[in-house]
Amino acid sequence: MKLYNRGIIITGIMAFLVMATFPFWYDRGKTIARPAIELDTHAIQKLTDKRCVEDTAFMRDNHMKLLASWRDSVVRKDNRVYTAKNGKVFEMGLTGTCLKCHENKSRFCDRCHDYAGVKPACWNCHINPEEVL
Amino acid sequence: MAPTRREFLIITGLSAIGMASPSLARMISAKTGAPPVRTVLPGAPGSAPAQTAKRWGMTVDVRKCQDGCRDCIDACHLTHNVPDIGNPKEEIKWIWLEHFEDVFPAENHPYIQKSMKKRPLLVLCNHCDNPPCVRVCPTGATFRRTDGIVMMDSHRCIGCKICLAACPYGARSINFVNPRPFIRKLNPDFPTRSKGVIEKCNFCEERLARGILPACVMACQEKALVFGDMEDPRSEVRQILDRKFSIRRRAELGTKPQVYYIL
Repeated sequence: MKLYNRGIIITGIMAFLVMATFPFWYDRGKTIARPAIELDTHAIQKLTDKRCVEDTAFMRDNHMKLLASWRDSVVRKDNRVYTAKNGKVFEMGLTGTCLKCHENKSRFCDRCHDYAGVKPACWNCHINPEEVL
Repeated sequence: MAPTRREFLIITGLSAIGMASPSLARMISAKTGAPPVRTVLPGAPGSAPAQTAKRWGMTVDVRKCQDGCRDCIDACHLTHNVPDIGNPKEEIKWIWLEHFEDVFPAENHPYIQKSMKKRPLLVLCNHCDNPPCVRVCPTGATFRRTDGIVMMDSHRCIGCKICLAACPYGARSINFVNPRPFIRKLNPDFPTRSKGVIEKCNFCEERLARGILPACVMACQEKALVFGDMEDPRSEVRQILDRKFSIRRRAELGTKPQVYYIL
């Protein structure tokens, strides 16, 4: 069998393969530093029990789900109180509760979100206290 | 000998898989383990008990409104980060002034008192018992709470504007532009809206939850605005309605509006 236009086809396939696999080999071997999250805000330093709403591992994995359930609970069910697994109660709120401790959105939320390449739409409406003060 | 087309395609496919697999394996193994983080929090829930009612409603005593007074409007707009865009076509309205002929078109006639004709009347969302905006909303972004407040869930709003067309009171506004730059003073306790969502009066549900009356009601020094439970015969709104004759905006449409006007 004869492959017509052999040169063009093979070059085209090679070019395609290079481009399609670019994300896999471009960063190969390089180590990208993990995001440094800053937890030394004044509010956090004042706390005796340095624990978030839930434990750290849970918050790290599930904060987005927790916030989504808070959002639905407050807006749609008018229920604003969250009872944590350890029995502590919190008022549900992003600016009002989360950011009261994590006052440094740019050095807390953003660092990880930039690293992971996620762009949550929260801040289109909810106010970052750093911007107001 | 040159490979057949079939052989060529097989070799190409296998090579592609072979090149991708080490990277895939690395990506999967990298998923485990993340840096340990220590986090914390204050924030016990609100102190004052929430204001509750079976059916929230409001009375507007137009006779008490002072000429040129905008106290309630300013208070509402400050509380809720309502932008002042400047262009009337893109205006965002929560509580605003309209002329009699536009507020009560069916009650208007050529011989109506001059004072009534000239005086701008205060209008806001009527928080209807039978809200047409809720019926038409395709995403359920606007809904009626059991206490009668017609709420907007901006998270679900897709900006389709059907509710804008459905509301007979013009109580809904869409953000044609990002409203943030047009807000004079940001109130961090209440979110702004983003481009492409609808907004309207929410009867200050976020204040009621903290036990505080609506901002417009508290700002009015003439006590022209009264807020309360329509189903409680002892509430102030019901006592006012007992004593004075009241009308509602375009009630003939069957929307059952819950803002009562005393003219």
